[in-house]
Amino acid sequence: MLENKKAKLRNFHQAKWDEPIIFELSTRGARGILVPEAEEEIRTEVGDGISRIPEHLRRKEPPALPELFQAQVLRHYLHLSQATLGADLNIEIGQGTCTMKYSPKINESFATSTKVTELHPFQTEDTVQGALEILYKTDLFLREISGLSRFVFQPGGGSHGAFTIASMIRAYHELRGESGKRDEIITTIFSHPSNAAAAAVNGFKVITLYPDKDGYPDVDALKKAVSDRTAGLMITNPEDHGLFNSKIAEFTRIVHEAGGLCSYDQANANGILGMTRALEGGFDFCFFNLHKTFSSPHGCGGPAVGAVGVRKEFEQYLPVPLVDFDGEKYFLNYDVKNTIGKVRMFYGVLPVVVRAYAWIMSLGEEGLKEVARIAVLNSNYLMRNVSKIRGASIPYDAPGKHRLEQVRYSWEKLAEDTGVTTEDVQCRMCDFGMHYWTSHHPWIIPEPFTLEPTESYSKDELDEYVAALKQVSEEAYTDPDKVKNAPYNSCIHKIDPLLLDDPEKWAITWRSYLKKHGKDIDA
Amino acid sequence: MLKDKDNFIYPYIPNSLPELKLAMMKEIGINDVDELYRDIPEELRFKGKMNLPEPLHSELDLKRHMEEILSKNMTCEENVSFLGAGCWQHYIPAICDEINSRAEFLTAYAGEPYEDHGRFQALFEYESMMAELVDMDVVNVPTYDGAQAAATSLRMASRITEKKEVLIAGAIHPERLLVIKNYLNPDIKVILVNYDKVSGQVDLEDLKRKISSNTAAIYFENPSYFGCIECQGENISQMAHEKGALMVTFVDPISLGVIAPPSHYGADIVCGDIQSLGIHMNYGGGCGGFIATRDEEKFVMEYPSRLFGITKTVVEGEWGFGDVAYERTSFAKREEGKEFVGTAAALWGITAGVYLALMGPQGMKDIGKTILQKAQYAAQKLSAIKGVKVPLLDAPYFKEFVVDFNATGKSVEEINNALLQKGIFGGKDLSREFPELGQSSLYCITEVHSKKDIDHLAGTLNEILTR
Repeated sequence: MLENKKAKLRNFHQAKWDEPIIFELSTRGARGILVPEAEEEIRTEVGDGISRIPEHLRRKEPPALPELFQAQVLRHYLHLSQATLGADLNIEIGQGTCTMKYSPKINESFATSTKVTELHPFQTEDTVQGALEILYKTDLFLREISGLSRFVFQPGGGSHGAFTIASMIRAYHELRGESGKRDEIITTIFSHPSNAAAAAVNGFKVITLYPDKDGYPDVDALKKAVSDRTAGLMITNPEDHGLFNSKIAEFTRIVHEAGGLCSYDQANANGILGMTRALEGGFDFCFFNLHKTFSSPHGCGGPAVGAVGVRKEFEQYLPVPLVDFDGEKYFLNYDVKNTIGKVRMFYGVLPVVVRAYAWIMSLGEEGLKEVARIAVLNSNYLMRNVSKIRGASIPYDAPGKHRLEQVRYSWEKLAEDTGVTTEDVQCRMCDFGMHYWTSHHPWIIPEPFTLEPTESYSKDELDEYVAALKQVSEEAYTDPDKVKNAPYNSCIHKIDPLLLDDPEKWAITWRSYLKKHGKDIDA
Repeated sequence: MLKDKDNFIYPYIPNSLPELKLAMMKEIGINDVDELYRDIPEELRFKGKMNLPEPLHSELDLKRHMEEILSKNMTCEENVSFLGAGCWQHYIPAICDEINSRAEFLTAYAGEPYEDHGRFQALFEYESMMAELVDMDVVNVPTYDGAQAAATSLRMASRITEKKEVLIAGAIHPERLLVIKNYLNPDIKVILVNYDKVSGQVDLEDLKRKISSNTAAIYFENPSYFGCIECQGENISQMAHEKGALMVTFVDPISLGVIAPPSHYGADIVCGDIQSLGIHMNYGGGCGGFIATRDEEKFVMEYPSRLFGITKTVVEGEWGFGDVAYERTSFAKREEGKEFVGTAAALWGITAGVYLALMGPQGMKDIGKTILQKAQYAAQKLSAIKGVKVPLLDAPYFKEFVVDFNATGKSVEEINNALLQKGIFGGKDLSREFPELGQSSLYCITEVHSKKDIDHLAGTLNEILTR
């Protein structure tokens, strides 16, 4: 029998160490680690080694790095880690579109095994059959999940995946002699900005579609946007607000008819695993974020993998090498007819692929479907509860309308009623150990916040998060200044962005700070 | 009504517990989770089977499975490896792995400067320590790898100078060149400048011929792909600046304790890969790219990456961190931002910071010295073997050098196969990438190679070549 627990808010306070900048902990002559000397016979034979470098190229002044003893380095960084939250510690459902799911610890043991970490990318293939097997088989898994033909793991993140695809689209049109003519890529405002930005780096003009009144990308706008200048479409589905564009096959058909190619940003794949695929959606390319859907931890922002998949006819453009199997052995295949070359050194971040492989192996087909279904159940359950919070609204909502992996909400009413903004609420949520993210820019939805519970958090945890939001909403209506001056229980108080945008004042490094401001932060 | 398979309980999926599922469905007002997928039309519903292996539900089974696959790998710890060429085997201090496996750093992402204050500070300190290493005032949050850093540095130079040609001078890593070429497509022209076959340095005559008023940047690597320390940096920077171009230099940061940083010989943008600073090789997955410049608005505003800066809070004496000039990024401006930015290699940046803090100035000098001495010893020993030449034995080099086997009558492939039988990974085969060098390899010696390892290599080579 389920207890009818009322979610209790924590009396939370984050660790606050008032930790100095590491340079301030420096003591002249301190050593954190000692380096082995070359053996005496070597020193005798070759001398000091340094005199072989021309004088003008020898380092005269040693780099002004801080000098600390080993335990002091450890203590400093542990203080900093305590002043950081993460999906392991926290109900991290506030980072919508980031898919902050549980990264199973057992997979860390594989990712950090010496059988992964101590491999050199140029070892002969015979010596790395385990690594190549994992790369090859994870490719096969993603083919099953997407319906596409071949995957590579070279791109170092989702944005990099979008970039790689845009390069392949460019190569395709170049080969047909149409690169001068086909210089437009179409995207939507609710797709990740990197789709637009990566297209631009590849030399494309970007056409951005805005949503219709129901929040879906506007088909009529698409029809007007396509022409014989269309190189392709780069789109997310469901989009960042959580709505699945049911007309997606029509979108891709329209672009194909105009002679363009279609790329699927699958950052939001978590809610649709096994339910709908890139192939049937009409996509020629897609990418998955292995550090989102496939459980590799986010690492403060990488290392990561944007796994890029293509339909068969586009395999010829993939960056090299591919990983192939000849029936007996796995090998690296550089024979890719019209390859774009490379987007990254070597083959990709193996530990990230290892974790994704292990995660998929632990769940299987039924498990992946359950991941998606529970993630979507959680998202709609959360939506139901957030909709009851005073001042919160769900743009584009309609009775019986459901969302998928995440939902973008609005505090527009709250802001109108109380003057408290989404960024104020964001700060006050820190006082409960919670975080949320607003939205990409520009904000189409006013005062936005985007929540993505994934499948990893329990009902109780979702309830706790909602209770915190509810609390902040109540405070906004009764004591708005309290919210506006938050946070109080976090690592630091409200930031004054004074030193962030003025070239005379900004300080991206400690030495730059000392040059411009001296030691006193308030000077 | 829940079907049988709906009753399976997954440790990673809390609400897979049937009572919880039912309670939540009831609250939403649905009878089946399928109803939530109503927006996906029938024709787009995947009704087939995903041909995935049977799941390994128990953690023990998963562990056994993974260990079996991974056991097929032979590592550089179990063998002695002399491979380099852009990915290096250096000693990883225990504290580096301790910190980058901390749950908080491992699983944080894009939080605010409040609850993620530690992450911001750790990356600001990484930027700051790298700044001291390269002796420049601005360093970015890491990008994917050194190749990306090089490619972005060149695009930055093109935007700053408003010119559309870059000169890539000397011996550059072939993979880096491929990345740069694709990244600079379609609007920036890449022109290659030769390296001098005798000295290994940039061919200044060829450079003079190719530089023009359209040149945005002259790029070279120091050490070069062949391990040569480039000694003409001052000349090259003069040539660049006379034509209104920038000098972009790619370095190996672990060399900068003993070798002068490029800002000392006129470099405007310095870039490189941080893998050598406390990060495991990870089969090539340990890379991270850095870009450094002077603190001038025209440079800072061209970075696509995040730049974490220090700032005040509302409490006197308290500081915090935030994004400097956020409006220049694609986060803020989409296609109007500089290039693009996203998840890249932050955890490796934090790790490199830990490494530099442990090593300090003296450690960086010591390791540079040890590497120089061991590499020079190795080069001498190898060049003493009959038929083996080290063409640039007397030139200055750091960590790597070319070994020429042409006079032995054996191919590098044969030699490396024979070395492998003795537990040695021989240097990278250069014969395909640089056919002008014939049967040559690139050997890499770091602080991890003992005299015994080097003597074992020399002895084994001698044995192989006299068979």
